[in-house]
Amino acid sequence: MAALLQQWVFVGPALLFFLIIVVIPFLMSIYYSFTEWNGVATDVKFNGLDNFKQILFNDTDYHNAFWFTTRLTVTNVILTNLVGFLLALLLTQALKSRNVLRTVFFMPNVIGGLLLGFIWQFIFVKGFATLGEITHIGFFELPWLGDAPTAFWAIVIVSVWQGAGYLMIIYIAALSNVPKDMLEAAYIDGASRMQVLRSIIVPLIMPAVTVCLFLTISWSFKIFDLNFSLTKGGPFNSTESVSINIYQEAFRNNRFGLGTAKAFVFFIVVAIISTIQVMYTKRKEVEV
Amino acid sequence: MESAKKYSARLFSLEVLGILVALLFLVPFYFVLANSFKTFPELAMSTAKLPKTLFLGNYEKVWTIMKFPKAFWNSLFVTVLSNVGLVIISSMASYRMVRKPTKFNNLVFLGFVAAMVIPFQSIMIPLVKVMSSINFMDSKLGLIGSYFGFGVSLNVFLYHGFIKSIPLEIEESATVDGSSSYGVFWKIVFPLLKPMTITIIILNSLWIWNDYLLPSLVLSSPELRTIPLATYSFFGQYTKQWDLALAGLTLSVLPIVIFFLALQRHIVEGITAGSVKG
Repeated sequence: MAALLQQWVFVGPALLFFLIIVVIPFLMSIYYSFTEWNGVATDVKFNGLDNFKQILFNDTDYHNAFWFTTRLTVTNVILTNLVGFLLALLLTQALKSRNVLRTVFFMPNVIGGLLLGFIWQFIFVKGFATLGEITHIGFFELPWLGDAPTAFWAIVIVSVWQGAGYLMIIYIAALSNVPKDMLEAAYIDGASRMQVLRSIIVPLIMPAVTVCLFLTISWSFKIFDLNFSLTKGGPFNSTESVSINIYQEAFRNNRFGLGTAKAFVFFIVVAIISTIQVMYTKRKEVEV
Repeated sequence: MESAKKYSARLFSLEVLGILVALLFLVPFYFVLANSFKTFPELAMSTAKLPKTLFLGNYEKVWTIMKFPKAFWNSLFVTVLSNVGLVIISSMASYRMVRKPTKFNNLVFLGFVAAMVIPFQSIMIPLVKVMSSINFMDSKLGLIGSYFGFGVSLNVFLYHGFIKSIPLEIEESATVDGSSSYGVFWKIVFPLLKPMTITIIILNSLWIWNDYLLPSLVLSSPELRTIPLATYSFFGQYTKQWDLALAGLTLSVLPIVIFFLALQRHIVEGITAGSVKG
């Protein structure tokens, strides 16, 4: 008896909250995705696969949102990792300003996406315009949030600016674990800096690459706050991410059934992509 | 230069490069901060310059319009209580699962880990329904309860990995000395978990303090607004009045930046530890 009570005192509370907040809503979302329901009414109409047919064949907004999110994810993953890794390489050199620089690069990360979106809205609308007037550099004179292609890049710029510092921290930790004598031996054997980077450093930090890819994929795929406050999906829905599309369908159009079906499809895609990525990069990891 | 021997020209140019990139990183903050101290005409006329005088009028107005002290208190209350609860329930559950790996406990652990791939968006819609059926809507305690549920996966995962590395001998000797399981956990194991607890508190705090979507679904009364919610509703009304909007943004960003600067060493370590395990 005492042992059973102990089991529930230790595991019970965590399990209880997990069941109520995650498991039950998850199971309900599977059920609701097969229904037509507005979120309020008591009669929930079962309509089989209709929602999924609608999503797969007719819903161009959802397709556009998915295409936008995919392009954004690919661009973000490449650029954020590249910038994060370069910053980490720079800050593992014996620079005097190393600690200050780490703090500066990491800082955007502690501020939430919503606030960063608003900050950058000002930069794109007023800041860049002013810099354009002063310098006449074409880059600053673009209609940053008013045009579909530039709005896409606006979101990329802010995401990279925010995420690079976080990845930098992880890459720094990995880089400082690369054995010094191995690098010295390679230099003595006449290897160039690029060769050392390609053949020694990168293979040794693959575990960090796995983590960083996983993080950037999941950030970009689930992007909501930043997108919501920076462009709100505009102009003309061109920067509407899947998350925003689901949110609008459920809470603005009051189509909970269709919204949950969209969320369910989204879950499947995220789960598949994350699993493939982790399995693929894990295989590239080597043991020292 | 004294350390000229080791400090080569190559390092010097890298140093300059680093500082230039850092300044580029800081430009957005400069624009927001500098312009928040300008009157509207001055802001419109010279956006790039430093303010002529430190005009505090925007801050005074925003402080009352946003009900800043209230929003700050709400955010603090939710973040602190969510952290306390999450640390307690996740550390206890993970401890039990490591030390008593029954079939049931292993299954529960697997469930926690698997749930980490569920995007919030896929469950937010029915969550609202569940929450309203148990009267959790529009209450700070309801919001805290949801953070327990969402945080428990990653927290248990992190604690689980850490507890596995703690040797069993200390606990055994305490049991021989007549300590109960609860006594062993709270007096011996929990203090040993401190490094992981700090990591977990930091990761949870950054997430919960900055979260917008969940509070926006759960809370509707204006007096319950957390900082992201207050900023959002404020910003929507004042987008054309950049002077006020920027002062509001600065006020909202300030607490978390101070938190970060004060604890940055722990934050960096926490993220390193969290990401390597996670």
